[in-house]
Amino acid sequence: MSYTEALNLAGAKPAGKRPYFLDEQVERVLAITMTVVQELAVARQRVDTLERLLQAKGVLADGEIDAFAPGPVASAERQMWNQEYIARVLRIVQQENEAAMQAGDVASGDVGDELASDA
Amino acid sequence: MKTSQTPHSPDAPVNDPSAAYDGPPDYRVIGRHAVFPQTDHDEIERINFLAQMNRHLAARVVPGVKAAYDNRVVPGFEAKHGRPLANRHEARKAMLEDPAFQTWSALRRMTMEQRQQAGRWTALRQAERIARIAADLTDGDERLSLDASLEVPRYVSAVDHHCMPGSYHTEYFPGDVTNGANYDHGGFVTTSGLLGKYSDGGGHAVVKWVQRNLPDFKPKKILEIGGTVGHSSLPLAQAFPEAEMTIVDLGAPVLRYGLARAKSLGVDNVRFVQASGEDLSGFADASFDWIQTTMFLHELSTRALRNIFAETRRLLKPGGIVLHVEQPQYAPEMPLFEQAMRDWDAFYNNEPFWSRMHEMDLDAEMVVAGFDKESILHGGVFGVVDRELFPDAQEDDTEDFGRKAAWHVIGAVA
Repeated sequence: MSYTEALNLAGAKPAGKRPYFLDEQVERVLAITMTVVQELAVARQRVDTLERLLQAKGVLADGEIDAFAPGPVASAERQMWNQEYIARVLRIVQQENEAAMQAGDVASGDVGDELASDA
Repeated sequence: MKTSQTPHSPDAPVNDPSAAYDGPPDYRVIGRHAVFPQTDHDEIERINFLAQMNRHLAARVVPGVKAAYDNRVVPGFEAKHGRPLANRHEARKAMLEDPAFQTWSALRRMTMEQRQQAGRWTALRQAERIARIAADLTDGDERLSLDASLEVPRYVSAVDHHCMPGSYHTEYFPGDVTNGANYDHGGFVTTSGLLGKYSDGGGHAVVKWVQRNLPDFKPKKILEIGGTVGHSSLPLAQAFPEAEMTIVDLGAPVLRYGLARAKSLGVDNVRFVQASGEDLSGFADASFDWIQTTMFLHELSTRALRNIFAETRRLLKPGGIVLHVEQPQYAPEMPLFEQAMRDWDAFYNNEPFWSRMHEMDLDAEMVVAGFDKESILHGGVFGVVDRELFPDAQEDDTEDFGRKAAWHVIGAVA
C-alpha cells in the first residue's frame, strides 16, 4: 500500500452522513482544533519522555529544567520566538484589524471589472 | 475509576499527585500478540490522549449536559408545549437545541473520528507486515473457513458501525487484516481500559456469570455469533478447554486476524467461520451446547435479530443455553435523560439499530423463536479485568452512556 493510499484510507469517511451539532463552519474549525490539541499532547508527552530518559542516563539532573534560567541573549531569543509564534497564529486578527482601518479597500474582482472597463 | 498505582508504597513522596490518579491506565499496559500492530511512542500517546478525552467528556462534561437538561431543556420544553417531554426522542431533539448538548456531542463525535484515524493509520502503515504474519499463522489451517461469496447485509453495509470506515468486512488487498487490527488495538479509546488487557473483559464476565449461575454446565460445543476478532470468545474457550469454540462473523479481515490472534495467545480450541448469523445452515440442528453473542444484537435489524434467534433455537442441543450480552434495555423507570443519552450512538455514532433494539421485548422475541417462557434467563455482569492494571467497571461511578462495561444478560435454556 502506498504512503498516499494509507494517508487517504486512514482519514476515510465512514459510510453514513455526518451529523453536525454546531454551525458547520464552527464545527469544522473545532474539529481541526481538537486534532491540533491532540498533537500538542503527543508532542508534550514526547518531550516528557525525552526528559525522563535524559535524567535516567544522568545527562539531566532532577529539577534542572525547572531551574533553567536562560542568559540575556537566550532569553531575548526565546521571547522573540514567542512573539513571532503568536503573531503567526493570530495573523487573521491582525489582518482584520488592518482592514477595519483601511478606508477605500477594494476587492480584486471589483478592480478587475474596473480595469476591464478602463478602455 | 481507580487504577492501582500503589498509593501507599513507602517510597511514594508525600503529596504525590499520582496517588490520587483516577482515570484510564497508560495504553502501554495493553496485552500484545503476534498480529497486534506495532505502535510507536506518538501513536501510543495519541491513544492515551483520546482515551482521556472520552474520560473527560464522561466525567467532566456530561454533568453540565445533565444540568442544562434539568435547568434549561425541560423547563423550556414545558413552557413552549404546556406539557412534559413524552419520550426519549423528544428529549433528544430538545437537547439538540441546547449548547451544552451540542458541544458535548460535537466533541464526542470528533473524538471517535480522531480515534478511527489514529488507529487506522497505525494499522495501514504496516498493513502488509501484519497480513504476512496473519497468513503465516493461518494459511492452510482448517480452523479458518472463509466464504468470499457471502453477501454483506444492509444493516452492516449502509452505515459503518461506530464510524469505523469499512466496518468489519472491507479488505484493501487479498489477505488483508487491517480492519481487524484497527478494531483490536484502538478499542481502548472507547472503553478507557474497562475491557482489560486483551479487550476481553466481556468474555470473562460471561464466564464468571455462567460458572456462578450454572455450575454444572460443561459445554462441549460453543458458538459465538458476531464474534469479530474473538475478544469475548477466547475467555469461553479458555474456561472450557475441553470444548470446541466456533466463532462466526461476516468479515474476513476480522476472522483472519482472529485466528492468528488466538493462536498467538495459545488458544487452540477455536475455529473462525465466515457466515451470517441469520443463515447458519452449515451447522446441523442441535450442534451446540452454548451459543453466545456479546454486544452484538444492536448491530442487526429487526428481521436479522429474529432470524438469528430462530437459528440459535435450532442449533442448540436439548438443555443447551443461549446468552446475549447487551447494554440495558430502555424501561419506563429509566429517566428520559438517560434514555436520550444512551440513544446518542444510534443517531450520531452510526449504530442505526441501537435505539429500536433497546426498546424491543426480547423475552417475547425469544418465545417467538421457540424458547419456553419459563426457560428465559436474566442477569447483569460487569467487565472482568486484571485489577492491578485496569479500572474496574463495578467501582466506576462515571457514566459514559452506552459504553460502560456494565451489561445485561438475556438468555434461555433450550
